Amino acid sequence: MKNTFIGAPIERREDLRFLRGRGEYVDDLAPNGVLYAVILRSSVAHGRIKSIDTAAALKIPGVHTVITAKDMPGGPPIIPMRLQPLPEFKPFEQPVIAHDKVRYVGEPLAVVLATSAAIGEDALEAIAVEIDDLDPVGSREAAAKNKSLLFEPAGSNRSLVFHARKGDADAAFANAPYVRRERLKTGRHYGLTMEPRGVMAEWDAAKGRLTVSGAAKVPFFNRRILAKQIGLPEDSIEMIENDVGGGYGARGEFYPEDFLIPFAARHVNRPVKWIEDRRENLMAMNHARETEADIEIACERDGTIIGLRGEVHTDMGAYMRTNGAVGARNVVQFMAGPYRVPHVKLDSLLWMTNKTPVGTYRGPGRFESSFYIERLLDMVAEDLGIDRVDLRRRNLVASAEQPYPIASVQPTNANDQYDSGDYREALERCLTEIGWAEKSKLQGKLIDGRYHGFAVGCFVEGGAAGPKESARLAVNDDGTITVFMGSSAVGQGVETVFAQIAADALEIPMDRIRHVYHGSTNTVSDGYGAYHSRSIVMGGSAVLDATKNFHAAIREAGAKKLGCDASDIKIGEDRVSGPGGKSFALAELAGLTAEGAFLNHKHTYSYGTHAAHITVDAQLGEVRIVDYVVVQDVGRIVNPLTLRGQVIGSLVQGLGGAMLEHLQYDDHGQFLTGTLADYLLPTAGDFPNLRCFVTDNHPSPINPLGAKGAGEGGIVAAGGVMANAVANALQSFGAQPRQLPLTPTYIWELVQAGQRQAAE
Amino acid sequence: MKLPPFEYACPATLSEAVALLASHDGDAKAIAGGQSLMPMLAFRVASPSLLVDLRKLPGLNKIAIDSDGVKLGAMVRWRDIEDDERLKTAHPLLKAAIAHVAHYQIRNRGTVGGSIAHADPAAEMPGIAMTCDAGIAVTGKSGSRVIKAADFFLGALTTALEPDEIITEIRLPAWPQSRRFGFQEFARRRGDFAMAGVALYYDPDPSGKASNAHVGVIGVGDRPQRLTAVEAAINGNTIDEATIARAAAAASAAVEPQQDIHASAAYRRALTGTLVERALKIAAA
Ligand SMILES: Cc1cc2nc3c(=O)[nH]c(=O)nc-3n(C[C@H](O)[C@H](O)[C@H](O)COP(=O)(O)OP(=O)(O)OC[C@H]3O[C@@H](n4cnc5c(N)ncnc54)[C@H](O)[C@@H]3O)c2cc1C
Repeated sequence: MKNTFIGAPIERREDLRFLRGRGEYVDDLAPNGVLYAVILRSSVAHGRIKSIDTAAALKIPGVHTVITAKDMPGGPPIIPMRLQPLPEFKPFEQPVIAHDKVRYVGEPLAVVLATSAAIGEDALEAIAVEIDDLDPVGSREAAAKNKSLLFEPAGSNRSLVFHARKGDADAAFANAPYVRRERLKTGRHYGLTMEPRGVMAEWDAAKGRLTVSGAAKVPFFNRRILAKQIGLPEDSIEMIENDVGGGYGARGEFYPEDFLIPFAARHVNRPVKWIEDRRENLMAMNHARETEADIEIACERDGTIIGLRGEVHTDMGAYMRTNGAVGARNVVQFMAGPYRVPHVKLDSLLWMTNKTPVGTYRGPGRFESSFYIERLLDMVAEDLGIDRVDLRRRNLVASAEQPYPIASVQPTNANDQYDSGDYREALERCLTEIGWAEKSKLQGKLIDGRYHGFAVGCFVEGGAAGPKESARLAVNDDGTITVFMGSSAVGQGVETVFAQIAADALEIPMDRIRHVYHGSTNTVSDGYGAYHSRSIVMGGSAVLDATKNFHAAIREAGAKKLGCDASDIKIGEDRVSGPGGKSFALAELAGLTAEGAFLNHKHTYSYGTHAAHITVDAQLGEVRIVDYVVVQDVGRIVNPLTLRGQVIGSLVQGLGGAMLEHLQYDDHGQFLTGTLADYLLPTAGDFPNLRCFVTDNHPSPINPLGAKGAGEGGIVAAGGVMANAVANALQSFGAQPRQLPLTPTYIWELVQAGQRQAAE
Repeated sequence: MKLPPFEYACPATLSEAVALLASHDGDAKAIAGGQSLMPMLAFRVASPSLLVDLRKLPGLNKIAIDSDGVKLGAMVRWRDIEDDERLKTAHPLLKAAIAHVAHYQIRNRGTVGGSIAHADPAAEMPGIAMTCDAGIAVTGKSGSRVIKAADFFLGALTTALEPDEIITEIRLPAWPQSRRFGFQEFARRRGDFAMAGVALYYDPDPSGKASNAHVGVIGVGDRPQRLTAVEAAINGNTIDEATIARAAAAASAAVEPQQDIHASAAYRRALTGTLVERALKIAAA
């Protein structure tokens, strides 16, 4: 394998298409006779459905059909969990449409099919729904009372408790010279995609085939679910991945609409399209992150961490969705982050509430747990009179300790270890880049009405989820090569990076890779998709394996053609040659194809450090970032441009969660943030001063590329670092942020509390 | 978030427009820049049976400046105010305030009349109209009248406008060159509606003491307000630290803000004081 393209800053191949307006998103598809689906969603958080009267709606010209649970013989199917499908979760899984109870504002009640979406929305207003209100469970505290139950047969609003364990925490705490206990919490936010979700389904009655466009992330898995639910063989369903405007873990999971729209298309025997609007996107796509921790840290007097102990509560929303348990598991599994914590006893309690269900969002559980550990470390440093950076230096897992085992989690029996790396090296690099030694002298200083604050935090980011990924290579008519991937494109630039990897593996120029097709179920026999920062590691390694098989197939075909031994065949850029000067054009093998796969049960852990220099206006509670640096080591850089895009993009999302984004409900479970004027996303002007440095000093030992998942590291430490920077800036007020987001009101309250205390 | 059904008309004269608005029993609505009305339609919180587009009405997009003051035609867009060099001296407070309105694309479309008619409690233009004792000229089927800003804003999104009345002009009294002013607001992101905002001015007398103080706030009640207690704290005083502190305290005491998803009531109360303090410092500088 050559190394011409891997590591080079190659501009994204897909951009030319997008910049020319040739992207094709699911909403761009409009087959003849298409009907538009519009979904009636519950405006009640918790209640029992008495009746849904669609008669008036059906009279509106242009309204074709209204589908409710009654149209589904045997009742609406249930959406199974994709990750951690424990039997304990079964009672809490979501039906594709509400039939007896509604459990969150936004839950589907009916699907209107009309000749336009506008007419469909007219019809929504004409549907009469009677719901008997039940006591809404608006918080995890209310859930814990078990007075009002979301699922009566389950008998409890708690779906599970995860136990993360390492060493003997109780004994360690009993003998610890220093312990600090804190209650900290993170806000509810989510992976808002620029392009909302969309599904377009076409039913071919003659062939009994269903084509579903708008697939993303995990099309093969979703096809399996749909086939079962709708009663078709898997190979009668084709899932097409169009261009996708953002995934972030949320887009592409199996949602109610992923059944309802294909069902509708078959029900009426016409193409049916549903495009989620922004209000729906805010209340129907998976939420994430709302956790509260009651935790203790134990240390030696010199700052050496002894253990972590306590509980984390997650507000799960109303149902256990496909990947809903991941965040709640990760928050305890990865609480220690990159630090050496010999004793861990953390329980994660999953509470069902009358809110939109949760799922993964970039850095699931890690953003939350990083906030917890980083806040604790700064408090420990202050208590023990140790420099904050030295405290981290002392406790980072050393490269000699790799692979480093982390807490195991029950009942899923998750045992994991970090793979490789020099965490200290990334910390030092980050300090150098931000100019910590000199600039941090400004800590806490008031200059021109603004207090200066600094913080540093270290992280690990897991990636490369198994079990498998597939890739296929094929010779085109003109002798160029097409790559087919089981990985999905959600905007990460996979067409570019897979072309780089394939070109190097095949030892040909990149422009000989004509196409990279991905995601759709017709590209490879089996695919696993895009999540857990897995595409480069899993898909890239699959390309290497496919190359081996592809070359073998070319040699075999060449040997036949030239009448020689396969081992004598040489494969050039566009020609195949044998002994005695005999050769032929690769194009003559057009159609030749070979598949490969990468199987893996281990995870990669990229890592790095964030550092921030901020200023705070204590009167306004306003935070501005002066400088923010992320250093991340990813094992092997395939493309520094797309990688930097991943780091900065995820950092901005992390800062959004730290400062702005907050999904809010009132006590009755009414959703208060249904527009982008209510749910505040970072805009281009909000965080202009962000820098990142990516390195590949320490390859992963668990895959042939040496690469590590790298799509989430920018987000992980942002909450903890921003909160610590605010604490540092406002140290004269004794401010200790204990929750996210760091709103002006909250920061102002911390300042007020500090002033009151000083006055007493 | 698709629009409900409605009819659409684009009349060429004011009288036609008024007649159209009058013909629908209060169920017709004018549309100017559409930057507030279109979202309301999309969310179906408004569903008028007829939209009367004002864009062809003659003469409503002019900014006229004379010795009486500044007259802003109802269809003057934020962008026009930003671009008008004359306003730097003719009404610098207006210019300072409008710089905070929304984002580039919205400023290209949103209009002065639309903002006044919409009457968002946190909007800058109604705040300026209140602070500066503007007159709001309107025409309806029973003729034309000028409504004082103080009588115009009745509550959140509620005004003294009759359903058939169209705003034609906002009249801001003349701006003496010696006048001191400040505008301060704080929003969670640039271009968002502010959590609170303060517009103020005063005229220094020959001894340097402030007189004729006008202090207006936005975002802390159901409509823009004048804070007379703060004005009293300013009038007759030199604007020094003590006066500024008294004015700020009076401002915090005078408002009764609500809490919402962006800020608590207590925060808004304190913020109002802070903004008065900062605006006064700028005015006196
Ligand atoms: C994202 C976003 C951010 C914004 N931020 C701000 C901000 O920070 N500050 C701010 O002040 N505004 C803000 N706005 C609102 C914007 O300034 C609007 O343009 C303005 O409030 C309304 O003006 P318009 O011309 O768009 O009115 P339209 O939306 O066309 O109409 C609004 C209302 O006024 C009525 N109307 C319009 N013209 C007349 C008239 N001449 N006579 C009688 N009635 C009339 C309409 O019937 C309607 O009821 C924001 C808007 C958006 C979308």
